[in-house]
Amino acid sequence: MANEFRMPSLGPDMEAGTLVAWKVHPGDAVKRGDVVALVETDKGVIDVEIFATGTIEKLLVEPGTHVPVGTVLAQLKNGEASSEVPAPPAPASSPETVGAPQVTVHAAVQPPAARHQRISPAARVRAHALGLNVDSLRGTGPGGVITLDDVSKAGRANAKRANSPSEDQVHDMRRIIAKAMTRSKHEIPHYYLSIECCFSRAQGWLDQHNAAVAIEERLLPSALVLKAVALAARAMPEFNGFYKDEQFQAAADVHAGMAIAMRGGRLVAPAILNADRKPLAVIMSELRDLTTRVRSGHMRAAELALSTITITSLAEEGVDLLVPVIYPPQVAIVGCGSIVERPWIVDGLVQPARVMTITLAADHRVTDGRAGARFLRHVHDSLQSPEKL
Amino acid sequence: MSAAEAITRRTTYRDAVRDGLRQALLRDPRVFLMGEDIGRYGGCFAVTKGLLEEFGEARIRDTPLSESAFVGAGIGAALGGLRPIVEIMTVNFSLLALDQILNTAATLCHMSGGQFPVPLVIRMATGAGRQVAAQHSHSLEGWYSHIPGLRIAAPATIDDAAGMLAAALACRDPVIIFEHMNLYNSQGELTAAAASADLEHAAIRRPGRDVSLITYGASLFKCLTAADQLAMHGIEAEVIDLRVLRPLDAKTVIESVQRTRRAVIVDEGWRSVGIAAEISARVMEQAFYDLDAPVQRVCSVEVPVPYAKHMEEAALPQVAQIVAAVASMFNHGQ
Repeated sequence: MANEFRMPSLGPDMEAGTLVAWKVHPGDAVKRGDVVALVETDKGVIDVEIFATGTIEKLLVEPGTHVPVGTVLAQLKNGEASSEVPAPPAPASSPETVGAPQVTVHAAVQPPAARHQRISPAARVRAHALGLNVDSLRGTGPGGVITLDDVSKAGRANAKRANSPSEDQVHDMRRIIAKAMTRSKHEIPHYYLSIECCFSRAQGWLDQHNAAVAIEERLLPSALVLKAVALAARAMPEFNGFYKDEQFQAAADVHAGMAIAMRGGRLVAPAILNADRKPLAVIMSELRDLTTRVRSGHMRAAELALSTITITSLAEEGVDLLVPVIYPPQVAIVGCGSIVERPWIVDGLVQPARVMTITLAADHRVTDGRAGARFLRHVHDSLQSPEKL
Repeated sequence: MSAAEAITRRTTYRDAVRDGLRQALLRDPRVFLMGEDIGRYGGCFAVTKGLLEEFGEARIRDTPLSESAFVGAGIGAALGGLRPIVEIMTVNFSLLALDQILNTAATLCHMSGGQFPVPLVIRMATGAGRQVAAQHSHSLEGWYSHIPGLRIAAPATIDDAAGMLAAALACRDPVIIFEHMNLYNSQGELTAAAASADLEHAAIRRPGRDVSLITYGASLFKCLTAADQLAMHGIEAEVIDLRVLRPLDAKTVIESVQRTRRAVIVDEGWRSVGIAAEISARVMEQAFYDLDAPVQRVCSVEVPVPYAKHMEEAALPQVAQIVAAVASMFNHGQ
């Protein structure tokens, strides 16, 4: 049964992408979730997973080709091999040979042909130093071998493209952001609500938690806020989904996008999938992983395409209040300001407290202010019981 | 060599070797020459012509036709404090003295705990290309280079022809100097650099960035010609004259290959188990990760060297083969 692997849509605005490299060869067995290709979009180079299980039959598009979304990139044979586990060979021992070492002399066998791309030692060293994937390179040397010259050329091209985003690329990214934000402000009747949220309890709980765990397991406030927003989105599905074709479609799952700034004036909002159902520790480790991969330009398709609601924070920039712009076709976005010390009145007494101003921007076509207020209150309340997050 | 003589002048390889011998005889009374037909006849390649008249029978000694005997006598003289320079007509005759060279000259210093060094210099003609047939056309430098205890020199240039002898005489170890038969008539400039010729270093005879041609002896000039032709195709070849085959100056070779990332070894010896194989192995060991192409060898065809001119030419490395070997490492002509 033939199957096709197509250029995926890695975001609502993606129309085409460039196949940067194949991570598989014809004949390779692949299963759902395997990264099979690198695709460059305006958002950077993204690891693209395959959703089918089978064997790669034919690669139809050469690396470096720019193709529209939906173009068939590869054909695969669906082996349905997952259910057919070959029976283990019957043990060949007979009573007479038990205990005696059995030496089997095979007739001369034809070793399988080397499948690896031939590359000179110097070229391999250079490719490694430049962080280039050897499989993505084309050899122009005698017999198609990859030479130092090939690697140097690829390195220069790569440096232009990915390492330091060119003016064109930044320009492209700005163009994408401009398009999305203009569309948002043109089409989406925003309303804005904000709430001052006492973060003292949450901070105390975080301090206590972090004192007891290894550095790499420590939690940051952003993980708490993200989880609190995800829980609110689950409780109030009218804030979680897409406005398309003049109507709102609620999403079945909560995929909370986190806006992350990249070098060179670029911004993406990859998603923590099913954030409402993940423990804080998992959210934190995924956030760390996402930030690292976004900044190195390796994002997975699903993370970029699937956000159902977005969280954005300028806490590190010392901003008190952030009034965000919805990323269409989503219908809500939550902005977080810095956590600052403020006089706070508790039981009639003024005392210092840590305070974060959380703002909701929501689509008035879908929800009204009252619902928005309940949403914000839900987030606020969650943050007062951090141990339950 | 005195300062007065450190003036560039045009000469032949033959005269340069003779000049080196004269200087040695003049400089050190312990130096004397021994060999077949080197006195009255002037040497079978006329290298020693005139020296008998100038230095007399005591220092320019004709010997009987027994390589084993006169090489052995040379070893004895060296042990006794003299500085003998023994000439063996051609490398094929040296096989008759192999026991003396390998079992005695190369070993005594080591077997005596350093007490009996053998400062013997043996000169011999080597190589093919003069239609003297299989028995007189060997290139056995690689063989001799296999032997610890010996030093093996292969002067290719006029300066080295004149200057390496002094370095050989200054050495405690037995030194064999291989002079390629085809070089005796070659002409070139004798310069002051001859005085500083050593037995340590390979020399870069032509710098280049794209490929290292590693060679020695008469093949040096084939490589230089090949480099000229390659330059017309935009390939800049670096030409390395090994000069000394034992001990090998691997450093110069490896550094060159690290720059050019390609190596072609040109050797008139047979390919199998030869000096080219040794250099190739060193490059693999020390510069593998710098290589951008497999090492190539251009050596003699593995047959006894033929007599017929066209067949002899076909059996020996030629310029066209060197050019082709280099071209095969590049994308050109695919």
